Amino acid sequence: MIKRDLVIVGGGPAGLAAAISAYENGIKDILLLERDQYLGGLLNQCIHTGFGIEYFKEVLTGPEYADRFIRKIKNITSIEISLRSFVVRLEKDKTLTYLKPGGLFTVRPRALIMATGCREKTREMVHIPGTRPAGIFSAGLAQKLINIEGLLPGKEVVIIGSGDIGLIMARRFTLEGAEVKGIIEIQPTTRGLLRNVVQCVEDFGIPIYFNHKVLRIHGSDRVEKVSVAKVDEKMNEIAGTEFDIECDTVLVSVGLIPENELIEMAGVIIDKRTNSPVSTEVNKTSVPGIFVCGNSYKVYDYVDSVTVDSQLAGKMAAEYIKGLD
Amino acid sequence: MNLYDIAIIGGGVVGTAIARELSRYRLTIVLFEKEAEVAFGVSKSNSGIIHPGTQNPPASLKGKLCVQGNILTRRLARELAVDFKEAGELIVAFSEEEAGRLIQLKKDAEALGVPRLKIVDKKWLRKNEPNLSGEAIAALYAPTAGIISPYRWVYDLAENAIQNGAEIRTGLEVKKILAKKPRFEIVTQKGAFGARFVINAAGLYADDVSAMSGIKNFKIKPRKGEEFLLDKKLEGLTKHLLFPLPSNISKGILVTRTSDGNPMIGPTAEDVDDKTDLSTTSEGFRKVLEGAHKLVPSINENDVIAYFAGLRPVAGEDFIIRHEDEAPGFINVAGIQSPGLTAAPAIALMVAGILRDHGLLLKKKAVFRKHRKKEYHLFAIPIAKTKKLIKKDASYGDIVCRCEMVSAKEVREAIARGATTMDGIKFRTRAQAGRCHGSFCTTRLMKILAQETGLSRLAVTKRGKGSELVKTGRVSD
Ligand SMILES: Cc1cc2nc3c(=O)[nH]c(=O)nc-3n(C[C@H](O)[C@H](O)[C@H](O)COP(=O)(O)OP(=O)(O)OC[C@H]3O[C@@H](n4cnc5c(N)ncnc54)[C@H](O)[C@@H]3O)c2cc1C
Repeated sequence: MIKRDLVIVGGGPAGLAAAISAYENGIKDILLLERDQYLGGLLNQCIHTGFGIEYFKEVLTGPEYADRFIRKIKNITSIEISLRSFVVRLEKDKTLTYLKPGGLFTVRPRALIMATGCREKTREMVHIPGTRPAGIFSAGLAQKLINIEGLLPGKEVVIIGSGDIGLIMARRFTLEGAEVKGIIEIQPTTRGLLRNVVQCVEDFGIPIYFNHKVLRIHGSDRVEKVSVAKVDEKMNEIAGTEFDIECDTVLVSVGLIPENELIEMAGVIIDKRTNSPVSTEVNKTSVPGIFVCGNSYKVYDYVDSVTVDSQLAGKMAAEYIKGLD
Repeated sequence: MNLYDIAIIGGGVVGTAIARELSRYRLTIVLFEKEAEVAFGVSKSNSGIIHPGTQNPPASLKGKLCVQGNILTRRLARELAVDFKEAGELIVAFSEEEAGRLIQLKKDAEALGVPRLKIVDKKWLRKNEPNLSGEAIAALYAPTAGIISPYRWVYDLAENAIQNGAEIRTGLEVKKILAKKPRFEIVTQKGAFGARFVINAAGLYADDVSAMSGIKNFKIKPRKGEEFLLDKKLEGLTKHLLFPLPSNISKGILVTRTSDGNPMIGPTAEDVDDKTDLSTTSEGFRKVLEGAHKLVPSINENDVIAYFAGLRPVAGEDFIIRHEDEAPGFINVAGIQSPGLTAAPAIALMVAGILRDHGLLLKKKAVFRKHRKKEYHLFAIPIAKTKKLIKKDASYGDIVCRCEMVSAKEVREAIARGATTMDGIKFRTRAQAGRCHGSFCTTRLMKILAQETGLSRLAVTKRGKGSELVKTGRVSD
């Protein structure tokens, strides 16, 4: 068992900001664990602009934004970064078990910052009936396929939900030559940012159907079409309004949930509805010394605010550790 | 033309159990499966219960084979290193009238030979099944009910049959069967094969296959069952498999669990016309929730993380397992509805008997490899064991699937053992089967699959031709 002052789980914008801030607040023995093979987290696949307007007063892409922090952290030699390191267990006393190609390690930090981000809600979580053919993707997976892998998932796309990733992907698919046949949103308004509605949807003439829901997904091997209907205030379909949209791809963009299964394992109290830690103060959890920041604390609209709150998490953890001496 | 002693049509649990059983004899065996992999038919979407034999009519063939199958499955699972967990089932009564029916159920089951049955009272239930509804007043307890992973079961039966010389040809659909005495000519889209005996284990399509050899004395009617899986966080929700009292056409809505620990609720029972209709419906969801709530009131619809539908191949009340005298050498194994997963090893023995009765010499091979080397699943082993495995092979520490803790090593091994599709990887390893449904691991899995098979990533499919994941790529592959 290795002992550390501070372990940070997650090398996205939250983990990077927290680590740097903890260092700047006097903590010198820091280990940062990232399960992917690179730092930056989800920002790597967000190649559109709109990042950093608040924090840097500049318009950056996701990778550019991440890069500023990655450069900085790489210059701090006392922060050890361990990539491809996958935490599988967390105990009450903060002992972490993680796997890496070639090894299994346990480490016990005096304080722990979890910056594990969030995941997308799935089609299953919102119970969309129908078949389960190829061609159904979370919007984030489609983004990764196009922007990182260079693969185009489909040519005729229907997007369920108007979350930001869905809106951004509407534009992305269009730019790649695919046809986005509609965005289906059950609410009367979008849940995404207004600027995304304008720049990603309206500017491209993509139809957006508010107060509509997807009743069924059809297709046996590959998606063939979706059935859609208008809904009333209670979200129930209105008889006679049903219509079909033919498509080969369905993107699901129905919201994000904080990823907190690990701290739940350690007995941190989690709000069942939001999957966020129950908390009296930003970044704090019910277990002293376990902090959560960024999208695993709550889902933020802007990465700039993630950075600011995560810097605070780094400071809080530093103070906590100093208080133990 | 290749000639075989035996041709089996259908790579579900029935076909592969028969292939494995017959592979102990000096016979040449070929099995045809039209899908990209075995287990992609009915056998992939069911409750995974190894039934004890309760709830079957006393004189039925399916009842008899179910009781035998329950015993045989345990032994076979040990030989093939497949997880079989004895969970025990409770058939729960909610009224005095229902409690009265338990006595008859017990008698019927005992007549079939179901062992160790017991009627338990409210006090017993409170103590041994705390999350069961307080309205329950008694239950029939059958301790021999078990659970198994249905697809891994089929994969492992197939793998062991292959080890013992059987040929399994996937992606080959039987289109025609010609009687060219003394043998059959079996025509597929990739040429014809000759065989002395043909065993029809084609599941939902057994009537079509039977008709190919002129036997049209039954029809398969699909009966749909929708099932819903709950988050693994709720592992341990119930200790036993919970059943309501059975109706005429099904065992009702159950609260069970998968062999990997997810609680599962369902299935519905709805007669449908379309043999490919695997859609789930909102009515089905409502019915299942209602039924499940009756047994376990604490179940919440927000805990549902996955769902699927399966079709039971129904041909009347009972299984049809017989030699067709009008087409000598042709054996039908049809209408294998529930409890077909349980009965499969007993069906295989019965088929061997039919072959013997019709003049096939069953001579044991000098060497029969009855054991299969176990693969490891990190999610199922203690951390200490994981540590040892990583020492031996570093890629056990290379985690691919975040929700289910699946390593690159397990994925490669699944491919080496026959997975050719994303679903095949999922069924074997659980990668993509967790709460994020593959959002995290899909791209990595595609790469590994492409590397290991030499395919382009554009050719990677969900479950065979026509289900390619992506349409085009900018990259050179
Ligand atoms: C919802 C549900 C729940 C169930 N629960 C249970 C349970 O808990 N316990 C239990 O014991 N049983 C259960 N069953 C029943 C069990 O799943 C089936 O009895 C069993 O899987 C049938 O296996 P099979 O091999 O006959 O069919 P299949 O698995 O369908 O195999 C037949 C194969 O033949 C192939 N095929 C068809 N035509 C051709 C052709 N022309 N050429 C080549 N290949 C062909 C098909 O592609 C298919 O793979 C359940 C069934 C359902 C639907």
